[in-house]
Amino acid sequence: MSGQSNSTVIQPDDFAFTAENAEAALAVIAMYPEGWQESAVMPLLDLAQRQHDGWLSRAAMDTVAGMLGMAPIRVYEVATFYTMYNLAPVGKNHVQVCTNLPCWLRGSDAIVGACKKSLGVTFGETTEDGQFTLSEAECLGACVNAPMMQIGDDYFEDLDADSAQAILEKLKAGQTPKPGSQIGRHTSEPVGGPTCLKDLDNGVGK
Amino acid sequence: MPKLTIDGIEIEVEPGLTVLQACEQAGIEIPRFCFHERLSIAGNCRMCLVHMERAPKPIASCAMPVGEGMVISTDTPEVRKMRKGVMEFLLINHPLDCPICDQGGECDLQDQAMGYGGDRSRYQENKRAVKDKDLGPLIKTIMTRCIHCTRCIRFATEIAGVQEMGATGRGENMEVGTYVEKALTSELSGNMIDLCPVGALTSKPYAFTARSWELVKTESIDVLDAVGSNIRVDTRGAEVMRILPRLHEDVNEEWISDKTRFACDGLKRQRLDQPYVKRDGKLSPATWDEAFAAIAERLKGVDGKKVAALAGDLADCEAMMALKDLMAAIGSPHIDCRQDGAKLDPAARAGYLFNTTIAGIEHADACLLIGTNPRLEAPVLNARLRKRFLMGKFPIAAVGPHQDLTYDYDHLGDGVEILKSIANGRHDFAKVLKSAGKAMLILGQGALARRDGAEILGLAREIAESRGMINDKIGWNGFNVLHTAAARVGGMDLGFVPGNGGRDTEAIVAGAGDGAIDVLYLLGADEIDMAGLGEAFVIYQGHHGDAGAHRADVILPGAAYTEKNATYVNTEGRVQRTRLAAFPPGEAREDWTIIRALSAVLGHTLAFDDARMLRARMVGANSAFIKVDGITPATWKPFGRNGETGTSALTSPINNFYMTDPISRASETMARCSDVRLGAKKDKTGTDG
Repeated sequence: MSGQSNSTVIQPDDFAFTAENAEAALAVIAMYPEGWQESAVMPLLDLAQRQHDGWLSRAAMDTVAGMLGMAPIRVYEVATFYTMYNLAPVGKNHVQVCTNLPCWLRGSDAIVGACKKSLGVTFGETTEDGQFTLSEAECLGACVNAPMMQIGDDYFEDLDADSAQAILEKLKAGQTPKPGSQIGRHTSEPVGGPTCLKDLDNGVGK
Repeated sequence: MPKLTIDGIEIEVEPGLTVLQACEQAGIEIPRFCFHERLSIAGNCRMCLVHMERAPKPIASCAMPVGEGMVISTDTPEVRKMRKGVMEFLLINHPLDCPICDQGGECDLQDQAMGYGGDRSRYQENKRAVKDKDLGPLIKTIMTRCIHCTRCIRFATEIAGVQEMGATGRGENMEVGTYVEKALTSELSGNMIDLCPVGALTSKPYAFTARSWELVKTESIDVLDAVGSNIRVDTRGAEVMRILPRLHEDVNEEWISDKTRFACDGLKRQRLDQPYVKRDGKLSPATWDEAFAAIAERLKGVDGKKVAALAGDLADCEAMMALKDLMAAIGSPHIDCRQDGAKLDPAARAGYLFNTTIAGIEHADACLLIGTNPRLEAPVLNARLRKRFLMGKFPIAAVGPHQDLTYDYDHLGDGVEILKSIANGRHDFAKVLKSAGKAMLILGQGALARRDGAEILGLAREIAESRGMINDKIGWNGFNVLHTAAARVGGMDLGFVPGNGGRDTEAIVAGAGDGAIDVLYLLGADEIDMAGLGEAFVIYQGHHGDAGAHRADVILPGAAYTEKNATYVNTEGRVQRTRLAAFPPGEAREDWTIIRALSAVLGHTLAFDDARMLRARMVGANSAFIKVDGITPATWKPFGRNGETGTSALTSPINNFYMTDPISRASETMARCSDVRLGAKKDKTGTDG
């Protein structure tokens, strides 16, 4: 996401938390001691983004600023700094493909190619039906299971072109693909199962 | 006190200083971009790297506090190489456009690149380009030049108190700006131009007009508000090109307001450059002799009691002294320097001074604002209040307008009755003031320039006395009048006020209307009701074709503050002198010389022939004038009146900060500012071109 004010984005006039989210926001704010409410800015922005179809409008940032007694520019600084905040509308499924070194060495180019082909868009673009936005992401911290991509809140790991495409097809069909490793390994254990300490069962010697 | 060794020099410095400041005390200059004494420490430009013994890597001297036994070297080959590396990084994305950059010649980056830059670039890739930002009519941005020192952001946030500047994005995409396109809402925004170490923020009105090395620099004083900010007037030939602040710790530190800085284009427009005499109902150009003859002719046989004089807000002390003596010679007691009708008491100096002094604000521990908006009336002084506020434990309350002052305060209301309850101790804030050791109050002209002004003045004195603001034992005087006119304190000090049986401003205007005053001499007085002057013969002496000149029967062209060596007294009672930076245009002359010449024509030749003799005369009138750049503290005396007060709300006299006097009203830059800031609310007069 570009960090700068994007004048081509049509900004809605206002933003208000739903009653439910407003309550959640108050609960977040209450976690911080008196006078340090500003610390709640990131969770509140996240809350606002989730409520607002996955992106933060200027009005949403201003609302958060108002709730925390911050100058709006201080909220803009935070929102533009983190790539997790989207400052322009995104599709229902935000596909972020990691292209950093470990993923790239493990074949992220093929994943990117599969996504582009499957969705018909390139980085920074949204499909015409508004279902998918494709983004290039920096390291998401799942290098052990490279290559990987993030869709919404879920990580999809140990990908290849076929599995990446299969995930997207499932989403297109309205199904929920299984997150995590796509080659069936348990979290980040060695592929093919454990290779050492096999004589231990649940940490207790035989 | 920690002792450290810098380049072999042993030095003992105050604890809490940074290594960079310690180096400075040892006489070693450390290159820097982001560090600034008056701003918080950022430590992000890395130019100030030095070597410290036993440190694993170079340290940023601006962010490293001094410690006992530190051994610092600032000029080893290693340090030079580090700085060279930092400079190379800074220059990677900095355009090589010095020849078309307004900062060229006074640019920190340019200067330091001479010392630490390479002779060629090793960078082959594309440079980054950044979109320019719109910060309003005063600041021009070329953001590609920005080196991200964040001085402007820190200034806006800390000193100006408007959190509008920020750094958005990150890494290579980081940009400095407001994110939303809008003009800055600070009255001090121009200072960011001075702070910017490169050409990213430059002056919009001054853009491409001159180079710093072709300007003649004259150290002078600002008169567009009553703070008396120290300025440097940069001229090329007869033209004032720009105005910059000059350091004065006790007055303006190193800041000036946007009006002080940018109103100077008003000096070129609407100027009176020759005498005019009204013939057949129309003003026509005349010679000095003709103008003086017309005045002499009209004054012939007129009783001195039917002559009156008013001094305006920009009048200098020399001219007021001369005019006062001339009026005395003619036999008129009707003189006044309070054209807004402020009920100031000339008998008690302490009753019209900012006694605490501007620097003294930093020692106060509670403050009451009465009928004033210091942000508009004296932005630099307001910055000092904010500075004190940021130090903490400084409760501020205001009776008067409820506006954003850039710091938190309690708005108690805008009625005079609140002052009464503070004076008699019933109000909650009265207790706060009482319990503070050094409480202060600031009384604005909005509270004095009204019918019950004298009563409010008395009430303010009561508050000061009953709340322990006057404490001789610790030498504290917390009673302060904040003036808006540079001429006011000087006029009061010289006694340019009604003599025995004399009329004040209101009575003079009324007298002119009903025929009791035949001849009215306006020394730059433009803010009175010109329509109410009736048939009176009006002599206008001044430098701009403003309201007074339009009504005048004879116009005597005077000099503006950049065109004369003149004395002004600021709101603290500090005597300061302006310096002639450019000569007055055309036939215009220094003001006191006009009055001296006229006195000879009128047959009342004044007893001084040069400025030295005139200044001796001023010292005779008030010994405070001996000390230039000094303050003579005033003794506490009763002033003001007890009596009934009105019920109208206390307000500030200034609604439009950008247009308060003939110079700023003639300025195109100020007109643009008030259009942007006030929008539909703009309050234009007929002289706004």
